[in-house]
Amino acid sequence: MIWTTVIFSGLITYLLRFSMIALIKREMLTEKTKIVLSYVPSAVFPAIIFPAVFLDANGYLLLIDNPKILATGVAVLVGLISKNLVLTIFSGLISYWIIIFAF
Amino acid sequence: MSSKINIFTKGSLDITPLLIPVIPFGIILGVIGMELGFGPYVTYGTSLIMFTGSAQIVLIQLMSAGASTFVSLTSVAVVNSRHLLYGAVLSEYLDKLSLIWKIFLSYFTSDQSFAVSYKYLKLNKSNINSHYYLLGSGFTLWLIWQISTITGILLGSIIPEELGLSFAIPLTFISLLVQEFRKLDHVIVMIVSGMIAIFAYNIPFKANIIVASVSALIVAAIITKFRSIK
Repeated sequence: MIWTTVIFSGLITYLLRFSMIALIKREMLTEKTKIVLSYVPSAVFPAIIFPAVFLDANGYLLLIDNPKILATGVAVLVGLISKNLVLTIFSGLISYWIIIFAF
Repeated sequence: MSSKINIFTKGSLDITPLLIPVIPFGIILGVIGMELGFGPYVTYGTSLIMFTGSAQIVLIQLMSAGASTFVSLTSVAVVNSRHLLYGAVLSEYLDKLSLIWKIFLSYFTSDQSFAVSYKYLKLNKSNINSHYYLLGSGFTLWLIWQISTITGILLGSIIPEELGLSFAIPLTFISLLVQEFRKLDHVIVMIVSGMIAIFAYNIPFKANIIVASVSALIVAAIITKFRSIK
């Protein structure tokens, strides 16, 4: 079951890559569609980020005493200033470890 | 012949700076796959079969949370829909290639290789071997991605669970958005997506991800429309 999902995910990913390169005439993609597609990361990734940060393991909002919120704040700030992917990830992880292990 | 090798090597070298974030990202994927209990084969299988970075993390995260197959596949499609954009741009330069080349090159297309190849292809439109640049950059990224994933899988079997490394998932996605943090329109789209994902969290099959993403894309379309009127 897991393998089927992985293989179909691969197939979908491949077809998305291949379709525009080979099959479909590029005029099919209007300028407006292209602009909207450029928002895809901003539309999809927060749907994963927000629940992972603000909800506890049981799916309840956890706004007080939540080390992930503080660590995420650090990561966002570092990301804003540095625009560096690696610094963003590690500043968040390290501040998370400091909070959970030192306090 | 030598010019083909030269162009391949140039693509390979030009993508090198962009590999710096790819290595920790691949390691994180491997570690998370092990931490969430998918084992070495499935975790590595995603890198070989999908070779797509963020959508792999989305997929293993959704599968471990018990999402339905339909939701998992739809999410992968939404995350990777940006490839339609890349393909549409690249097709202009790959028009004359044989179908075999197109089938082959499609597998190696990624965010990073698109970014460097687009510049090169634009400047070298008349060179009939310019697709070797796309192959060189794409293959190099592919190789590094495979090695990083395997390294992560090996590390994942020894890293203690207490470190809470699954927190690296939201952090990785935050890092992929840092370029957009200063753009108000993108920030609005992000907040809409995040809020809906939280408030729709309990709808079945983990469909909150899709509902949130599609709603946020509709907001993006409205913003785009509003801008074009002005």
